[in-house]
Amino acid sequence: MVSRFKEALNSGKFVITSEVAPPKGTNLDKMRHHIDILKDKVDAINVTDHQSSVMRFPSLGGCLAIKEKGGEAILQMTCRDRNRMALEADLLFAHSRGIGNVLCLTGDAVPVGDHKEAKGVFDLDSLQLLKTIRQMAAGQDLGGNKLEGVIEFCAGAIVTPEARPIEPQLIKFEKKVEAGAEFFQTQAIYDLENFARFMEYARKLKTKILAGIVLLSSARMAKYMTENVPGIFVPQNLIDELAATPKDKVLAKGIEIAGRTIATLKKAAICQGVHIMAIGKEEVVPDILAAAGL
Amino acid sequence: MKSITKQKTTEEIQQGLKGLDRVFVVGCGTCTTMTKTGGIDQVEEIKGRLQQMGKRVTGSTVIPTACDDMTELSLKENEQFIRSADCILSLACALGVHRMSLSLGKPVIPGVDTLFIGVEETPGFFREACAQCGQCILGETAGICPITACHKGLVNGPCGGTNNGRCEVDKEKDCAWTLIYNRLNAQGRLELMHRYQPPRNHHVALKPRAVKIV
Ligand code: SF4
Ligand code: SF4
Repeated sequence: MVSRFKEALNSGKFVITSEVAPPKGTNLDKMRHHIDILKDKVDAINVTDHQSSVMRFPSLGGCLAIKEKGGEAILQMTCRDRNRMALEADLLFAHSRGIGNVLCLTGDAVPVGDHKEAKGVFDLDSLQLLKTIRQMAAGQDLGGNKLEGVIEFCAGAIVTPEARPIEPQLIKFEKKVEAGAEFFQTQAIYDLENFARFMEYARKLKTKILAGIVLLSSARMAKYMTENVPGIFVPQNLIDELAATPKDKVLAKGIEIAGRTIATLKKAAICQGVHIMAIGKEEVVPDILAAAGL
Repeated sequence: MKSITKQKTTEEIQQGLKGLDRVFVVGCGTCTTMTKTGGIDQVEEIKGRLQQMGKRVTGSTVIPTACDDMTELSLKENEQFIRSADCILSLACALGVHRMSLSLGKPVIPGVDTLFIGVEETPGFFREACAQCGQCILGETAGICPITACHKGLVNGPCGGTNNGRCEVDKEKDCAWTLIYNRLNAQGRLELMHRYQPPRNHHVALKPRAVKIV
């Protein structure tokens, strides 16, 4: 069964994905509310996997909640918390429950999160996880044993076009494509010139790129991300634009910036789609899409 | 190559010595002397602290190399003072604790935490260079070990956390994969980085690891 998201990727249309974050606890109301907002507006919804190494309700559970509502889910899987056996088992389970898409990530380091004393596993890395999916789809687990019933996933990965230095990142990117990554969702991009340069390189490889769009909600946040989040660079002119906006209009400005970035990417056919991360402000994703003319 | 240690805090030492009032202190003349965690000076210093805790120090010694087989002899020389103690407090690394535990039958309480096997890169700066994984890939990574130098032990290239050549967990630390890239590039061997590295084999040597040389 080909996933709906994969069909969208192959249809040639401008693909839109977004994401929801599971709660810390068992109250799923807010996540379900976000799923309701997003499910008919986007081609697929990612569910983050203990993002920033903060323990939460599992990504798998979030994906099932999306399925229950008839949405299309992308299961984010990091290698930080599970060894290869646990990852393989979760892939079997996800497939059995009709989840058709996986995003393979190495995972943030444990000490950046809220369980600083935990053991980081990293038995596999993102690349090896991609290969595992291919091997299991071909009927074999990592122990070399035959599977009774195989998995099938549209598997993707991430890439950071603003990584400094970029060269080692590009080698890893290429290896991920070779390992069978069918799509990439990028880290947030703001500098379209740099992104276009990255895309020139990426176009030579056969894969689909969804540009990461992170909503800027204030000049302070933009500055903070540039200074503190590896792989994110917000150009000064955008920071200035936000800083010059009155406080009560700054969210609208962030929406406008995100919308205009998406519109430019689509119009110039720079990449195959976008991945919108609203980080807690999922309600405004439809506004971002409207601002982009979508 | 040195066994790198850090002294436990007074509270931790106190906790370790709970119910053990008479203490014999042992330091080591090699690694813990070098790292100033268990040499002559530190042994003297801790004796003072033990007395403040209300402990009786029955004696002390600094064994030249506490992890080797001469340790038994050194302890024998001090046997009467050790016999009259409830325990030995070790300022040697954990390997020394192992050795000391083999003779005289007294409990040996570690006064230091053993952190890693390190090389002294510049005077006084010790760095972990090898995690003894049992399958060395240094030949493919330009002599920089990704298992050890990369926080996540990644073998296929950098994560997305590289921060201007620094690691996401510590702005003071170089990203191992930036270093590996630079050195492979300088050696004209970048193709090695393009090579897929399969998952590590954790079965290569089962714990506890041991080798017999014949
Ligand atoms: S790969 Fe690294 S950890 Fe393994 S033996 Fe070589 S230097 Fe040591
Ligand atoms: S930033 Fe570099 S050293 Fe740190 S975890 Fe990522 S790849 Fe490893």
